Amino acid sequence: MDQFTINLLFVGASFALYIGIAIWARAGSTSEFYAAGRGVHPVTNGMATAADWMSAASFISMAGLIAFTGYDNSSFLMGWTGGYVLLALLLAPYLRKFGKFTVSEFIGDRFYSPTARIVAVICLIVASTTYVIGQMTGVGVAFGRFLEVSNTTGLLIGACVVFAYAVFGGMKGVTYTQVAQYCVLIMAYTIPAVFISLQLTGNPVPALGLFGDHAASGEPLLAKLDAIVTELGFNEYTAHHADTFNMVLFTLSLMIGTAGLPHVIMRFFTVPKVSDARWSAGWALVFIALLYLTAPAVGAMARLNITEMMWPNGGIEGGAVTVQQIENDPQYDWMATWQKTGLLAWEDKNGDGAIQYYNDKSEALADTAAANGWAGNELTNFNRDILVLANPEIANLPSWVIGLVAAGGLAAALSTAAGLLLAISSAVSHDLIKGSINPQISEKGELLSARVAMAVAIVVATYLGLNPPGFAAQTVALAFGLAAASIFPALMMGIFSTRINNTGAVAGMLAGLGVTLVYIFLHKGWLFIPDTNSFTDADPLLGTVKSTSFGAIGAAVNFTVAYVVASMTEETPQKIKDLVESVRVPRGAGAAQDH
Amino acid sequence: MSENSDNNSYWSANIRTIQICLVIWALVSFGFGILLRPLLSGISVGGTDLGFWFAQQGSILVFLGLIFFYAWRMNKLDAEHGVDEE
Repeated sequence: MDQFTINLLFVGASFALYIGIAIWARAGSTSEFYAAGRGVHPVTNGMATAADWMSAASFISMAGLIAFTGYDNSSFLMGWTGGYVLLALLLAPYLRKFGKFTVSEFIGDRFYSPTARIVAVICLIVASTTYVIGQMTGVGVAFGRFLEVSNTTGLLIGACVVFAYAVFGGMKGVTYTQVAQYCVLIMAYTIPAVFISLQLTGNPVPALGLFGDHAASGEPLLAKLDAIVTELGFNEYTAHHADTFNMVLFTLSLMIGTAGLPHVIMRFFTVPKVSDARWSAGWALVFIALLYLTAPAVGAMARLNITEMMWPNGGIEGGAVTVQQIENDPQYDWMATWQKTGLLAWEDKNGDGAIQYYNDKSEALADTAAANGWAGNELTNFNRDILVLANPEIANLPSWVIGLVAAGGLAAALSTAAGLLLAISSAVSHDLIKGSINPQISEKGELLSARVAMAVAIVVATYLGLNPPGFAAQTVALAFGLAAASIFPALMMGIFSTRINNTGAVAGMLAGLGVTLVYIFLHKGWLFIPDTNSFTDADPLLGTVKSTSFGAIGAAVNFTVAYVVASMTEETPQKIKDLVESVRVPRGAGAAQDH
Repeated sequence: MSENSDNNSYWSANIRTIQICLVIWALVSFGFGILLRPLLSGISVGGTDLGFWFAQQGSILVFLGLIFFYAWRMNKLDAEHGVDEE
């Protein structure tokens, strides 16, 4: 059987499993539909949250970003897990006690204002749509490779599948489908990592292998990696090169954003008790940590493998890999397959029959390059998003592992994309149309508007996915910035301060979202349209603050504006103060009601 | 009013717990992982230093500990102040 058939088998089997579960666990009431009847065990809920949360960015993109940058991209690891601490301590138990179905409902009730609810819906739609763009980028990469078509065709096929999946499959029994998706994606991520860790370090646990010894040389793996990449003029893998202020701000933005993403917060409404909401956040992080502790090992080991492959005879002295070898040696087959997607490219610039991979911007290496007649880096394109998917092929693992990774990458992208589309469509139909514009709308009309909203969101996301503002994980980072600046501060102030009133909250959310959106558009182009940007992240407006790091500043703006405006306007009514008091204690948390 | 004052002491105990947890949260990630990394450079772990470990794995493990500690501690506080769910 060829690889293409095996991929189709694995992807097909995993899809059949999800659809089967969805049919088996179909929802019977609105309460079951929105919050699974609040009968979900915290461990099960944690697993589903993990699947919902770990998207194409975590699965496909993150390890690649770490592999090619090293320590400096640790922000992704700390940021995307640290947010769960904020969620567990500051939001989850209180929102569960409040007992409504959507984030915008809480904001609307706590700030006793339909305007606040609409503003929350807008924030939610902007953040979620940006997030879907990142998923589409990842879906395009995955489908492009496994159907052996170009990235663009892959993205268009992916868009159709996501749409069908969200409209028909994703609606029912989401929680249990996501449990299955978690199992598929975590196996797909760890199995190849275990193989590679065994090959390189002899340790079956990749997270430990990362800090173990490189079996072939006897040196510590990371020391070996540092030596190899610096020889080629790249930055030392483990050293700190990034601007520290920006790194702190970026990590903080990801953390706050994690705690402000509506589709994640919604998951904590599904557990039976307030105390379960606290445990559930912990369990979610346990399941997320299984992937996140493996990811840095995947990154470092892949970087080592790729570099050794490009210099197969022991570094520069032994000479680079020849074009003939790439074309004929089965070990290099992955390069030809990935070349088809347009995400990997090489060119023998100096015509010496070999492909020199090195950092042509490094001054230290300029002399060596001149002496050897190199004409620049000849591995001209290595898209970071392909690393995890190509990893098993690079390490020469059996074809079933490659098929499994295909299924895992798609599970990650689809589960998150479907969850987001669900959040967007319910925000439009439930909060915006039914909640404010037309409360008399029929059930049929509500459903129709939900589907239309979903279709519009996916068209926008597909269009922007073709011209993404960055790699999948970077685009997703922008979505976190937006969520950090708009939703998290409103929720936190709603619980921890009785002083913040309706005007304050609305002003704060608008200011936070507005300033962050403008800052992102100034750097990434207005509405992400290429070439309409005035600055770049290499040379940002505020000294060193990149657009991906701006969320923390946006959140600070939100907090400040809300406090200032609230202190100038009238007190919060007593009724609302009582509401806040009751949200703070677990006693009396019944089943949630629709209103 | 006695119930109200009990609620206040419950809430301030909660706030104190949150503050302690968040200090540790910031210390392991922004502290050991980024800003204080040079201070930890003397302690070597598998070919690199402790700060690198905290940035890539250690902070995640501490986060886990914090969330489970908070859940355990709050469930105890709930019972002590009589505000737990029956």
